Amino acid sequence: MTSYARLIVEILAVIIGAPILGAFLMGVDRKITARMQSRQGPPLLQPFYDLIKLFRKDAIAVNRIQIVYAYLHLAFMVLACVLFVLGQDSLMLLFVLAFSTLSLVMGGMCVRSPYSRIGSQREIIMMVAYEPILILMVVGYYLTNGSFTISDAFHSSKPLIQTLPLLFIAFVMVVAVKWQKSPFDLATSHHAHQEIVKGITIEYSGPYLGVIELAHCYEVALFFVWIGLFGATHWLLGAALAVAAFFMAIVMDNLMARLTTMWMFRFMWTIALGLAMTNILWLYVK
Amino acid sequence: MATLPAPLSIPPDRSPWVVHFNCNSCNGCDIEFLACLTPLYDVERFGILHIGNPKHADVLVVTGSVNHRNARVLRNVYDQMPSPKVVVALGVCASTGGIFRECYNVLGGVHTVVPVDVYVPGCPPKPEAMIDGIVQAAQILRDKRAHPRDGQAAITPITLVPQPAPAAAAPAQEAVHA
Repeated sequence: MTSYARLIVEILAVIIGAPILGAFLMGVDRKITARMQSRQGPPLLQPFYDLIKLFRKDAIAVNRIQIVYAYLHLAFMVLACVLFVLGQDSLMLLFVLAFSTLSLVMGGMCVRSPYSRIGSQREIIMMVAYEPILILMVVGYYLTNGSFTISDAFHSSKPLIQTLPLLFIAFVMVVAVKWQKSPFDLATSHHAHQEIVKGITIEYSGPYLGVIELAHCYEVALFFVWIGLFGATHWLLGAALAVAAFFMAIVMDNLMARLTTMWMFRFMWTIALGLAMTNILWLYVK
Repeated sequence: MATLPAPLSIPPDRSPWVVHFNCNSCNGCDIEFLACLTPLYDVERFGILHIGNPKHADVLVVTGSVNHRNARVLRNVYDQMPSPKVVVALGVCASTGGIFRECYNVLGGVHTVVPVDVYVPGCPPKPEAMIDGIVQAAQILRDKRAHPRDGQAAITPITLVPQPAPAAAAPAQEAVHA
């Protein structure tokens, strides 16, 4: 009975804690970005203000299906966070994440706006670009720990970064895609509010945009902690990896221009996928 | 849904997202408005974001005078914004029609088409004046939040925007003139 109580407490902690961590990280991101451009920047809690404001605006929707997809996107993202923290199967986690992104794509496709559809198409190409790397990473987990479960990474004798260094680099590139960082912020972007008019989220407004932003907070937190998994055996190493990758993503975001979708696809399937394949071959041959 | 308990109700003036519409402007006001986004003025420190999409925006910033051609477009942009929303008329043309006021094609200031909350006169106004106007608009936004729909009809919890009519059935833009 106590194990059930503990499980419920853990799930509640994820559901409440993950968006707070994600929004805080987004606030830090905006502050650091502003300082890099020698601006003062918004307050640290700006993402919280934005979210609360969105939920207090009028609910306007183009059609009812669009609302369902926004909530499905959030629900699958929350489920992915819960699965991760409970140390479940990483393959299952990938499927749930893919469902979440697909819900967003469907939400963008179910309206008549061409901008929304272009955003959705770009999101699909982004998925095609990064999914093989995630699959190879899970294969790397198996070759290292002998199982697909995430909790086994904590009980291993050495951290994952020691056996999967190249996959770590490839995974950070994937995370840059998921965090909507330049040069990969193609479907929708935090900075280019006018370019392709915010892409996939164009037809969402008020609380439904808030639902999508909330899901993005979960997404940011999930991938931040996921990077830390590469140093799971020593929590300090994991935290250092996550913070370093986060800072690196912000630096690259400010350095790089936004490039085309097909450039991103070629980059991911040559450089990132090449790194991942090399790592897997090395593990296999060793 | 869409309502939060009182302790969480942070005043909305902390994140006014702005959509900018150029009605009939000479671009003087627009250039000065874009200067507000530069590191020197940095409007993001007030939480102001320059959004290209009326469906995401709280503040509609209009430059230039309204004429028969763009009145319908301006009204359309305004109608797509979810409440609460405020309108800022930027520059003397948007405020009164300016030097174009007597032109045969000009209707006048922005108030002839949509309700205006803040006027920022000037030709063009300084970026400081523009920022001041938008921050004042954010205060009005907070007041509108505190007293929702004063004098407005109650609306249903979810408003479904009708799909746009086929091009043939849509009225010609000149219909406003009649």
